[in-house]
Amino acid sequence: MLLSAALFIIGVIGVMVRRNIIIIFMSIELILNAVNINLVAFSAQLQNNVGQVFAIFVVAVAAAEAAVGLGIILAFYRNKETVNIDEMNLMKW
Amino acid sequence: MIDQFVIPLLKIVVVLNATLLGVTYMVLLERKVIAWAQSRLGPMRVGPYGILQPIADAVKLVIKEDITPVRADKWVFTAAPIISMVPALIVYAVIPFGPTIHLFGRPVSLYIADVNVGLLYIVSVASVGVYGIILAGYASNSKYPLLASLRASAQLISYEVAVTLTLVSVILMARSLSMVSIVNAQYNAGVWFAFVQPVAFVIFFIGGLAETNRAPFDLPEAEQELTGGFHTEYSGMRFALFFLAEYANMIVVSSVATTLFFGGWLRPFPNVAALHVLDVIPSWMWFLIKSFVFLYIFIWVRATLPRYRYDQLMRIGWKLLIPLAIANLVVTGIVKVLIA
Amino acid sequence: MGQAIAFYTLAAFILGFAVLVVSTKDTVHSVLFLVLDFLFVAALYVLLGAPFLAAIQVLVYAGGIVVLYLFVVMLVNLKRPPEAHQDPHRRTKLGFGLAVAVLLELGAIATYGMTRTGSPLVVPGTNGPLPGNTEQVGWLLYTSYLIPFEIASMLLLVAMIGAIVLAKREL
Repeated sequence: MLLSAALFIIGVIGVMVRRNIIIIFMSIELILNAVNINLVAFSAQLQNNVGQVFAIFVVAVAAAEAAVGLGIILAFYRNKETVNIDEMNLMKW
Repeated sequence: MIDQFVIPLLKIVVVLNATLLGVTYMVLLERKVIAWAQSRLGPMRVGPYGILQPIADAVKLVIKEDITPVRADKWVFTAAPIISMVPALIVYAVIPFGPTIHLFGRPVSLYIADVNVGLLYIVSVASVGVYGIILAGYASNSKYPLLASLRASAQLISYEVAVTLTLVSVILMARSLSMVSIVNAQYNAGVWFAFVQPVAFVIFFIGGLAETNRAPFDLPEAEQELTGGFHTEYSGMRFALFFLAEYANMIVVSSVATTLFFGGWLRPFPNVAALHVLDVIPSWMWFLIKSFVFLYIFIWVRATLPRYRYDQLMRIGWKLLIPLAIANLVVTGIVKVLIA
Repeated sequence: MGQAIAFYTLAAFILGFAVLVVSTKDTVHSVLFLVLDFLFVAALYVLLGAPFLAAIQVLVYAGGIVVLYLFVVMLVNLKRPPEAHQDPHRRTKLGFGLAVAVLLELGAIATYGMTRTGSPLVVPGTNGPLPGNTEQVGWLLYTSYLIPFEIASMLLLVAMIGAIVLAKREL
């Protein structure tokens, strides 16, 4: 549990602090992994495999998120030549 | 104690050494076969008929100067050959070379581990092998290796889809992911899966050629276009590691093909008692013979076929093999349901 | 005992690599540490008795998602590092503050959970009639969780089409 929490925190710090959007995406993956560890740990603790089933769903969602997210990054990079989120203010006005 | 630690350790040592030896002699075999195909003699100088050539090669590669380009990413550059070698070797953990036999009055299984998720393990470990190539290309900080590594990894990922789909249809037949159970399922079915799943086997083999970057899909190493491919900047032992990893992967593909489609350690017609004479040859020998045939076909294909163009390669992968594999899977499922 | 040692070693590796992922300057190195992190998480799954999920983790994350990341990092070959650009509106301190807030929140939940040791939550095992981890997970997926499973596959399909639309230059 503590491991999962710590990993989650590192992920959150990553999201908050870094400016490179690719690294932010990777931090999100870390957070999802923390959730998965938690699910699997509980599933082992309770002798109930439903946790693993949910972890599989999380993996599927993470894959979908990564694909779309990286697609957005690529499209954005083509237009603005940057991966810095501070410069991603197209929707601001 | 002995059963828990000593025997597995011994098995690991034997398998690793046999693999490395096999890999070095694969190189000699390939040179010889291609030479014969082109009516040459091949290596003849070192030892009778060049039989000691691999040793000479190894010595040469070890004592060569080890160059790291100045602008390379040092850590990644060093790690890349290791990353490509390790997955190629740890796959052997789940490949069954034979059933449980009795050796010195003690039951010894001729595989290191029979994992519940064996096949999935192989697929996932193989997918990690891509990193060696990508990183080698990236870390060299040079344009040809980068291009080659992008090509190689795109190729690997594309063909992995088709190969994995064919594996799923084998799993449907065997109702298990464990390599040993798959062989046993073929024993119980009384027929090798290659005859039940010919389409899957052909797709698997073509995909295997592509995944090991072999001719006719050896675009990542196309000398005419990319100088030396992703390992252009590598020299000495590091280059040798890439080289060995490629051949180790070839052996992996042949042994997986043997296990999944050609009954692993089973003799031909495992259920026909009349052919009991064939049991003279021990089971692991059958496995090795079948794998050797595949390795020979690998070399034969290289000596015969010209290289594909890159767009052709991608078209074959995505527009031919993957739809075929999906169709095969669906048909297998339907037939299974209808029979059951 | 051996299990505990294995768990703490793996945990240390996982956290260490996670820190490196977030803190490394070079994006490619960061991606590499992410792969190592995922591999160790997979090892942890094996330890926790979920070998099927471990294989999925390596296959999907290490073999698929991270390769995608690496591709994007190499395609987006940066001429200027993104961190060089200084934005006056940037509030790094606030980011750390929020992270600490989340940490405190989690800590509060943890301590609350530890003080409340009344009735341990026991859910009857619904592991199905089959032996083996893979079979059990598959059985659950295709019986109790069939509809979520189909929805997940639809989501993947939508994501696939979306990614193609986004990445294609012109349709």
